[in-house]
Amino acid sequence: MAALTLTIDGKPVSAPAGTTVLEAAQDAGIRIPTLCHLEGVYDVGACRLCLVEVAGSNKLLPACTTQIAEGMEVWTDTDRLRKYRRMTLELLFAERNHVCSVCVSNGNCELQALAWEAGMDHVRYPYQHPQLEVDQTHPLFGMDHNRCILCTRCVRVCWHIEGAGTKNVAGRGADCRIITDLNQPWGESDSCTNCGKCVMACPTGALYYKGVTTGEMVRDRSKLEFIVTAREQKQWIA
Amino acid sequence: MDLNQLLAIKEKELASRKPYTLRVCTAAGCLSAGSDQVKKQLERAVAEAGLSEQVEVRCVGCLRLCCQGPLVHVDPVNELYQKVGPETAPALLERVRGGAPPLEKGDLQHPFFTRQFSIVLANSGVVDPERIESYIAADGYRALHDAVIEMEPREVIQAVMASGLRGRGGAGFPTGLKWSTVAKSGGARKYVVCNADEGDPGAFMDRSVLESDPHSVLEGMAIAAYAVGAEQGFIYVRAEYPLAIRRLRMAIEQARRLGILGSGIFGSPLNFNVELRIGAGAFVCGEETALMASIEGRRGTPRPRPPFPAESGLWGCPTLINNVETFANVPAILRNGAEWFASIGTEKSKGTKVFALAGRVKNTGLIEVPMGTTLRTIVEEMGGGAPGGARIKAVQTGGPSGGCVPAELMDVEVDYESLTRLGSIMGSGGMIVMDETTDMVDVARFFMEFCKDESCGKCIPCRAGTVQMYGLLTKILEGRATARDLATLEELCDMVKHTSLCGLGQTAPNPVLSTLRFFRHEYERRLRPERHVASAVQPVTG
Repeated sequence: MAALTLTIDGKPVSAPAGTTVLEAAQDAGIRIPTLCHLEGVYDVGACRLCLVEVAGSNKLLPACTTQIAEGMEVWTDTDRLRKYRRMTLELLFAERNHVCSVCVSNGNCELQALAWEAGMDHVRYPYQHPQLEVDQTHPLFGMDHNRCILCTRCVRVCWHIEGAGTKNVAGRGADCRIITDLNQPWGESDSCTNCGKCVMACPTGALYYKGVTTGEMVRDRSKLEFIVTAREQKQWIA
Repeated sequence: MDLNQLLAIKEKELASRKPYTLRVCTAAGCLSAGSDQVKKQLERAVAEAGLSEQVEVRCVGCLRLCCQGPLVHVDPVNELYQKVGPETAPALLERVRGGAPPLEKGDLQHPFFTRQFSIVLANSGVVDPERIESYIAADGYRALHDAVIEMEPREVIQAVMASGLRGRGGAGFPTGLKWSTVAKSGGARKYVVCNADEGDPGAFMDRSVLESDPHSVLEGMAIAAYAVGAEQGFIYVRAEYPLAIRRLRMAIEQARRLGILGSGIFGSPLNFNVELRIGAGAFVCGEETALMASIEGRRGTPRPRPPFPAESGLWGCPTLINNVETFANVPAILRNGAEWFASIGTEKSKGTKVFALAGRVKNTGLIEVPMGTTLRTIVEEMGGGAPGGARIKAVQTGGPSGGCVPAELMDVEVDYESLTRLGSIMGSGGMIVMDETTDMVDVARFFMEFCKDESCGKCIPCRAGTVQMYGLLTKILEGRATARDLATLEELCDMVKHTSLCGLGQTAPNPVLSTLRFFRHEYERRLRPERHVASAVQPVTG
């Protein structure tokens, strides 16, 4: 496959054709913030945090689903992008009930880390304070909808790595919920294999191991990558 | 089926015509006013009067002036009777006997009718949508025959390209270019999809076309299938249009029975079948990638483009998606020639556009006008202005993705570019007239509420941003907002517009931006002073 050259933030980069802007940037050590992206599953371009500016395009493009092109000029960290990223994060924090101080993922949370990185010291939009449920019916795992950001990582790993198809999205707009099977309690799900991949994939404290308390929820993403690498490349690299 | 058989059907149908025809509108508007009963009573009266040999009572599609329904058109005297009730309907037979029925007569010389130019609606109100013979009698399926027998697919695409036809769904992408992209995309299997998921509030053009002339859409799709090399078509129609669905089903069945759909159409190598897919009530499924996901049986959410459907659409195959009105234009283009079509309209927008004229206007209904007709002509001449002589304030085009054109700019010619310059869009054809009693902030909030409810929830800016913008608009409307809230609203509009995943989110701020552009004072007069400023100037006493 032919290699293409492009510039990212002024830095010359080369990568094979078919590579996404995100992969090319990561390869060159340039960090682009992401939230719905997860190594090992396909990208959906939903969180809009990885939007980048490309010279010659009047639209902002998601780095995770945009393929590189020869001579492409990508900017990942402009004032405009920083402003939009911060607003996106503020919208997320205002949408549900993200209270870091009592969250199982406090200190190990991707949403928290991104907000810190973006310098988001306060939220300018009114909190929506929705009344949401916590599903504690599963013997091993819990699901707290208050902390869910609807990135659908859990849905994608459940369908495309585990192949169980337990998790899905119901409703629309602000009423979207991650559901199990036909919107029944997780503990009553027939299809769930108790594999825990969804818990490993979750970027916030929405999915957790039962029994962990504030700040104790640490995830091991390498297990997901290990399984995917083993399956796709027949290589057992830990 | 060959040309002789097609012509024989036409001859037979024309030979069965009677001296008088009473055309009864049975599209959804008149039907809801009781036109099915009108038709029943008319048929009974004709039979009782022994006039069965003289008078045909024909079910037809939309007769345009919806606000005056049920409508009955009498041929050959060319008279339109409005507000015909089941009891008063038999009186129409007076006209056949040479008398004057005591019924309200419509003014067919009114600009509402004379300014219309029918291409898409040419058969609407003329043919019986439930009988394929009626469509064939109006030269239906002749264009399909000529295309598959006498033209190369390449020539069909060239004709569509030369006609200058652009997508009638709203964005105005050149139709010929889209067809040619799909035709050139590799792959053994291709699909043709008709987007009939019309969802803009106040818009009913596509519904009327499907209810009035479903065969023209099928014919357009079959021609497209031949041009791009597809064998399977889908019509994605929303469940809220039961009559359109029923008539489409009927039309597909009739066409299949005659061999106009199916294998080896007109003896050519073209195989083409059409299936219906019924939408479950999500506005976002009108977005092409969400629509395709829904056809595939998945959750109807959009995905980033590229890849565009022309390259990778249904089940990863090249897919041509056009809307109802676009397909309905195609048979006429092939029948009358691309030059004829290109001679109508403006330099960059060719042909006609169907609008659903609604809101604070006297004559509401369905209109088809050449591109380039001014908004003023449509609203004041054809629509007759606002009822009660009120001053017209603005015209909203393009639904929740569009904007409001203020009355002083109504001399704008209706075409894709002009409306975009004014911060609105052509859209699919909804046109809502507002008079001076309309509150523009309330209008903006209405559309934002619509977008908030219809957001699929996939991307954050649209899902959470519309909620916040709706909240801010409510705050402004209730007089609780400050200048800072307005600034926050504008900032959110900019952000949601530029970061949302699909067209729904990217255009959701348009109604706010356009009302802010032309009616900013209506927002500002509601603002109250900043609290901290007020306390700062207050002297500290005691």
